Amino acid sequence: MKNPLTPLKRKRGSRRLYQSRLNREQSPTKMTAIPVISVLAASLVATFPIITSQPFLPPLGLMVLLAWRMMRPGIWPMWAGLPFGLFDDMFNGQPFGSSALIWSLAMIAMEMADSWAIWRDYWQDWLIAGAIIIVSILAGLWFVSLAYTAPGATVLLPQIVISILLFPLVVRLCAKLDSWRLAT
Amino acid sequence: MAPPSNRRSGFSRKAQYGLFATYVIAVGGALLAALLLIISIVDPTGFSALKTSGNEITAPVARFFNSIRRSVNDMGGNMSAYFDAASKNADLNREVEANRQKLNDAAALKVENDRLRKLLGLVRETSEGGVVARLISTSATSSRSLATLSEGSTKGVISGQPIRGPEGLVGRTINVGPTTASVLLVTDADNVVPVMRAEDGLPAFSSGLANGTVVIRPINLGVNPFKKGDIIVTSGNGGLYPPNVPFAMVLEKSDVGAIARPFADPARTPYVVTMPIFQPKVLEAEAKSEENGDEAP
Repeated sequence: MKNPLTPLKRKRGSRRLYQSRLNREQSPTKMTAIPVISVLAASLVATFPIITSQPFLPPLGLMVLLAWRMMRPGIWPMWAGLPFGLFDDMFNGQPFGSSALIWSLAMIAMEMADSWAIWRDYWQDWLIAGAIIIVSILAGLWFVSLAYTAPGATVLLPQIVISILLFPLVVRLCAKLDSWRLAT
Repeated sequence: MAPPSNRRSGFSRKAQYGLFATYVIAVGGALLAALLLIISIVDPTGFSALKTSGNEITAPVARFFNSIRRSVNDMGGNMSAYFDAASKNADLNREVEANRQKLNDAAALKVENDRLRKLLGLVRETSEGGVVARLISTSATSSRSLATLSEGSTKGVISGQPIRGPEGLVGRTINVGPTTASVLLVTDADNVVPVMRAEDGLPAFSSGLANGTVVIRPINLGVNPFKKGDIIVTSGNGGLYPPNVPFAMVLEKSDVGAIARPFADPARTPYVVTMPIFQPKVLEAEAKSEENGDEAP
């Protein structure tokens, strides 16, 4: 029976109308798809028309992956770095397999970090993510130098600084997505 | 944050095995990735089909955003052009007069040049009309300098073609797909361009520094003849890049040669045009001699 005294603002659409307003459950597809899509979308940022002759765009895919992994430690199995990395490799211009290897190792490193420092605060998360980002960018340069002629590492300094400073923002973005994902 | 429950396997045998399997798969995945990486380092063109298809899929989105970016970029220039139109008009008229004189000289030089070329027996195999295209994205996360061209093999772009913009040389095509092509920019450390100083033809090589500049190394080491403001053009050696394409201006001397900035900044180059490979026969001969195990001349 409707209660005429509390006219709750209801969402439009017949599905919403006949649904219970108590004890609702999240949509499982939404719950699993949003984190995956956010990582893939972050990898695709590299294909945007950002025309530059020097590398300064942060490795956004890796950063989003790390942010989700830190916020929800059990969200993906440890091997999730491989498929995400292979997708990133299609667009990043590095030798193929470079992101797949770096991201796999990053996921394993996160697992080890979890076993060392179980109760962490925000600053420690940032520190760990910063270390992983620095290592991954330098490793990317090293892989390029194995296949092609590579520039000196100082070229990457702006990219590293931007990436580390941008990481908290990525975490905030993922937190917003997380609350949307879990909303009923 | 507390550790998730799925990592505390407890006494359940099944959970213990499950956790162990995750570790094995993760390490195996990393090894697989390392194997792929080794393959792609040994044979850099091996996975190019995959990358080309990636470019092909994302090209429509990149084209759309690119048109927005260009119109926003042009807005400032268009507005400021209104303010000093009159004085600019007078300047331009003067410039046209001066340029007409130079054009006549250039036409005469061209005729003479062709005549001398015929005397030497050099034949330039030029097919008129390159493909006009746009750069729609670059590999801004990687330390490589690659760009994506908005046209591909359906318009006749082939691998290895030099690409130039209105200001100067941009790079050369590498992987070519049906409607896109990857361009190795001149600022990539792997792209070596034979160049010369415009005023006296001093031969040199250029290679990229991946930060928007290139380093010019003279072939005759020892003295460092460059000075700030020198104009560098391509020399046509090697047979890939045609000669006398504007290339770069020297910013400063360095201990091996000079640091120079290419005239064509990919960010400010709305359209580029593909050029024919200067002397394909020279390149073919070189490739053949490399196959036979000889030293390239």
